[in-house]
Amino acid sequence: MDLNFTQEYEDFRAEVRSFLASNKDKAPSHADRSVRSEKRLAWQKILLENGYAARTHPKEYGGYGAEPDALKARIIAEEFARAGVPGGMAGQGINMLVPTLLELGTDEQKEKYIKPTLSGEMVWCQGYSEPGAGSDLASLRTAAVVDGDDFVINGQKIWTSTAQFADMMFCLVRTEPDAPKHQGISYILIDMNTPGIEVRPLMTMTGFAEFNEVFFTDVRVPVTSIVGQRGEGWMVANATLTHERGMLGDPDAALSRLRAIAEIMKKEHIDGKPLIDDAVYRDRLVRLQAEAQAMKMNGMRLTTLASEKKSSGMAGLLVKLQGCELNHQMAELAIDVMGEYGMLYEDSPFSRDKGMWQTHYMFDLGMIIGGGSAQIQKNIISERGLGMPREPKPTPGTFKAN
Amino acid sequence: MYFGLSEDQLMLQDSVGRYLEGASELEEVRKFVDGDGALAETLQKGLEELGVPFVLLPEAQGGLGMGVLEAALISEMLGRHVSPSAFTAAYGIAVIGLREAGDEDWLSQIASGSARMGVGLTEAIGGRDDAGLTISGDTVSGRASFVMGADGATHFLLTTGDQLVVVERGAKGVSETQLTTIDRTRTVLTLDLDNVAASVVAGNNHAEAQRKMIDVGRVLLAADSLGAAAMMLEKAVEYSKDRDQFNRPIASFQAVKHMCAEMAAKLEPCRAMIWYAAYAQDHVPEEASLMACLAKSHMQEVGKFVARTATEVHGGMGFTDLLGLHYWFKRIGANRQLLGGPEKLRAEAAELQGWAG
Repeated sequence: MDLNFTQEYEDFRAEVRSFLASNKDKAPSHADRSVRSEKRLAWQKILLENGYAARTHPKEYGGYGAEPDALKARIIAEEFARAGVPGGMAGQGINMLVPTLLELGTDEQKEKYIKPTLSGEMVWCQGYSEPGAGSDLASLRTAAVVDGDDFVINGQKIWTSTAQFADMMFCLVRTEPDAPKHQGISYILIDMNTPGIEVRPLMTMTGFAEFNEVFFTDVRVPVTSIVGQRGEGWMVANATLTHERGMLGDPDAALSRLRAIAEIMKKEHIDGKPLIDDAVYRDRLVRLQAEAQAMKMNGMRLTTLASEKKSSGMAGLLVKLQGCELNHQMAELAIDVMGEYGMLYEDSPFSRDKGMWQTHYMFDLGMIIGGGSAQIQKNIISERGLGMPREPKPTPGTFKAN
Repeated sequence: MYFGLSEDQLMLQDSVGRYLEGASELEEVRKFVDGDGALAETLQKGLEELGVPFVLLPEAQGGLGMGVLEAALISEMLGRHVSPSAFTAAYGIAVIGLREAGDEDWLSQIASGSARMGVGLTEAIGGRDDAGLTISGDTVSGRASFVMGADGATHFLLTTGDQLVVVERGAKGVSETQLTTIDRTRTVLTLDLDNVAASVVAGNNHAEAQRKMIDVGRVLLAADSLGAAAMMLEKAVEYSKDRDQFNRPIASFQAVKHMCAEMAAKLEPCRAMIWYAAYAQDHVPEEASLMACLAKSHMQEVGKFVARTATEVHGGMGFTDLLGLHYWFKRIGANRQLLGGPEKLRAEAAELQGWAG
């Protein structure tokens, strides 16, 4: 154990700080939710030039070309968080499509898509889930049939965030209907302006449309839009999952949220006493603090494992399950300590932070379900982490609920 | 920045673990529990050969001068093998206290093997009306409850509230009551003292020394529970793979897999947390007490969950004495209460952060 950074890294930290000190006024605010405002694009350009976005992507495609270094990545995340400045763009195009193209794309595809994606000018959405294909994604049915030089696509996607802004979609479609389900899928790139695509916002319990449904009716895209070969889409999509593990969250994020709740408890008074004086609520606060502390240390361990290029093992597999649950429980506590004020939402008179904790409470439940539900996470942990066997599959058609 | 164990630390933990795997087999532990005290002394000798008792002793007194992290790795292995050993109290808590107070005489005696100390700290954490010691001249009287590390002890290091004193075991006026706890793998005593000759520990910073003993003791007990819980999880997974019902291993049922996944997902972050809490004792003094409270309280909540869930995965067999799984269940149960239960620790943690009302 050595929690000090060597001089090389302290120098790097100083470099990041001085960059932030002289450039932070050019950064958009966190509240700026627009995907492509001029300010965001200009900020992304500055970050790319200085190696604070797309740091390890090749220079020829608009990246910075640095060697991967988990400690430097960590320092950048820490310093941007400390300065309250948004970091580089992190959409699904940058995080998932670009690594896929770098590994499996043709030269034309790399040339055409990577640079504008990294610069933020080209926005992508991910077309994976369908109404009938959630946890069992490989059962997806959106069909692409070859007709001349085109694929003709019919079907529906769901849970498509940013589809309303996206220029492009990377999408899993079924091209080989007679093949076994994992071998009948292809990975294709679709221009969202193609006729026959309809995007409908999907209103959620939070009162916002965080997602969309996307409908395809005889949508024609050139057969050259495929990444990899026909029937290899499942493998192509999974190739990026190894990259996804490279993205480490901010280990301090849960503790910052915890500190915000402690502040509420000091500030809010009932019968003349601050809520922090209530032993029961305080016990809940410290209980969550202990768990947040454990997750922070687990995150530090992951940073070291990544910088040593070692497998993260169980410590990595558990992060989504435990992290989402912890966030949800913290939002629950923030609401409970506020009592009746905790139920106020949005622009209600007397609402605190515009009911932000209610938004967290609901959105974090969505996070527990989405991106591989808690139950799927537990399957992964038990199978990959503990070596327990998969559940045997019933013979198709023999298994019916009543 | 390196957050993890060094090669040397991994080797230390591995050598202690491999030794205990043989020497502290369940059949041997059962003999100890049934009244044959030999195992505690066998382990003491075996661990001495590995240098274990000298880990925290200063080099000036012939020790290895290592840190609390190394001691925690040893406690973890002792918990893993439900080993009857006084290490955590005698060579962890007592040595830390004497080190902090600067009592070189007692440290030398411990290093030479002529003294081994049980530890009574309960009254410094939360005393009952019928307990507590008072000093009068060179003697001490009263009751010290839940004295740890009694196996093989020659002396007891006890708190009088604001001072640390040493009394000889078997001295005139000392009466020992052996307690029957759920965990019979370690002996716990209550001592009644009637004008017993006592020597006050050197130094005048006994409050700090006591604080340090409590903090380090909490970290080591958390590590002990980490080892015990990790073993219970491994046993549950192995059992589920061997046990067939409905023509397949129960490990293939999601109901069972999810129980095991929940245990693993809660337990693994405890490992990093305990490493850090142990490291903080030597390197981040301003966080030492807080991290000890957070680590032990969290580990004990997770430990309780693992103890009960791993037992459930074993079905009826988990409930029997045949498998002996209950030894780990009970070790975790006793660790939960020693030196402060979760609620007490969280109240202290709040106070340390100025969150008290």
